[in-house]
Amino acid sequence: MGLFDRHAGLLEAYRDVRTTGYDPFQIRMERVLSPTEAIINGRKMLLVGTNNYFGLTFDPSCMEAAIEAIRAEGTGTTGSRIANGSYSEHVALEQEIAEFYGKKHCMVFTTGYQANLGLISTLAGEGDQLLIDADSHASIYDACKMTQAEVVRFKHNDPSSLEARLRRLGDRPGNRVVVLEGIYSMLGDSAPLREFIEVCKKYGAYVIVDEAHSLGALGDNGRGLCESAGVLDDCHFIVGTFSKTLGAIGGYCVSNDPDFDILRVTVRSYMFTASLPPSIVASVRQALKVVKARPELRTQLWANVATLYEGLAAKGFKLGPEHGPVVGVHLPDRMTAIGFWRAMLDAGIYVNVAVPPATPNGVSLLRCSVCAVHTKEQLEHIIEVMTGIGRQLGVLDDRTLRVVGGAR
Amino acid sequence: MVSREALAIGRVKYGVTICHFTRNRCFWHKVTAHPRALESVLRTAHQMIVETDGMTDTLERARVSGQSRGEVIREICRHLAPFQTGERPITGDTVIAKDLTIDSLAIMDMVMELEDHFDISIPMNVVAEIHTVDQLADTIQKLCARR
Ligand SMILES: Cc1ncc(COP(=O)(O)O)c(C=O)c1O
Repeated sequence: MGLFDRHAGLLEAYRDVRTTGYDPFQIRMERVLSPTEAIINGRKMLLVGTNNYFGLTFDPSCMEAAIEAIRAEGTGTTGSRIANGSYSEHVALEQEIAEFYGKKHCMVFTTGYQANLGLISTLAGEGDQLLIDADSHASIYDACKMTQAEVVRFKHNDPSSLEARLRRLGDRPGNRVVVLEGIYSMLGDSAPLREFIEVCKKYGAYVIVDEAHSLGALGDNGRGLCESAGVLDDCHFIVGTFSKTLGAIGGYCVSNDPDFDILRVTVRSYMFTASLPPSIVASVRQALKVVKARPELRTQLWANVATLYEGLAAKGFKLGPEHGPVVGVHLPDRMTAIGFWRAMLDAGIYVNVAVPPATPNGVSLLRCSVCAVHTKEQLEHIIEVMTGIGRQLGVLDDRTLRVVGGAR
Repeated sequence: MVSREALAIGRVKYGVTICHFTRNRCFWHKVTAHPRALESVLRTAHQMIVETDGMTDTLERARVSGQSRGEVIREICRHLAPFQTGERPITGDTVIAKDLTIDSLAIMDMVMELEDHFDISIPMNVVAEIHTVDQLADTIQKLCARR
């Protein structure tokens, strides 16, 4: 058997995808102009699939901070923190994030993926029980492959499903560790965190919450779902990323556990990879300041979410269950999703396309992510274009079609 | 669970899917004719079940006293039926990920349903070692016995 034979099925599906003439997984941004615009295939495109929720990638203060840091400390750290040492800025960033959450400890990772991978697989070890939501991010699933703990999935956003699994464990020994996400990345729905926390308390389970998509977006101070649900103190570990709202790259974990620092010499994805370069650390520190100083970005983000979500819903699109910075548009099948995505690109709009096996329950989706700096005109344009394509592809129901027919 | 007699007295509705077993081989039929017409097909079956006839109560009650092999296999087949390819019946030897059109995520989702039906938990690393219907049934019976 050849090395690639086992991927034959995937290869075939991928070939199908590419028959549209574009490869959605290898789009080249020839030039990025702003958080909401880039040149793709020689044309200016409106970006609606970037996770750039606050639009901070071009924030002048963050850019300046990064440039300053490069001048002062160079381009990279060329090694891990346990080998090459921590720069003062790494330590300062960790203190600032810990403070932001009102927690005692923080550890910064090179990506959010590595944070989940290393932390989850280390925190839940041999003899422990790890319980994860069925719709968890790939980084959580990959941690499950690495851990020595027993792993059980519970139904997405279903506290009673988690409870049944905790109950079944009975008095078996081992720590119970539950992993949840603030906002889920495909459909933009958030966890019923209070209910989950109650169940976890009842069974003495530790809680890890990944706030990757909710940092900045949720809570009066932008700390995420833990804050908006009022359970910050009940979440033992909060994980997140710098790669979305904060506009850079990197991951973090905060906790009040007094022995937290032992993780610095046990979590392999922290120990055996190079630490974040000074420029990134500087722009993230500045971005965090911006998040704290400009709550209006959060207000604007949710106003934009409402415009896009309600606009698309009114046209008859089937969307994720609730408003969220990610607006997932359900499409009937993989090829329709890819055709739709391609038509959007032709119309000058870049969104994400998500198809099985990367999606829960085998659904095919166009995944829009909303940015606080999208203008109302941009959002209305997106709705108009999607409606047009939706009608052409027969995705919108007959009633909508007939109205259009009658108006002609 | 319905007996052959139940079928004969017309408790099976049109349109439901039924399965029957002959030595752990599971056969599926959509009821399109009067159930009586299916009797010849079912003559060799030891047991049969109806997918959606509101009779799950019977299954629930059966749970209390451990799980018979047939019961477990039937429940597995009920979940796998939508992924069957062609006319090939699902048997104990069916390799779930290979012989059926089910992907790994759907397998995990099916396991979650089976977990709740039998009130057990099957850890993901255990699922990873399961290939055939028989192996899955073994695991379920073992965990049920331990419950
Ligand atoms: C829920 C969730 N966790 C973690 C990550 C990983 O973040 P990063 O981009 O920092 O690796 C992502 C991003 O894809 C995510 O959606």
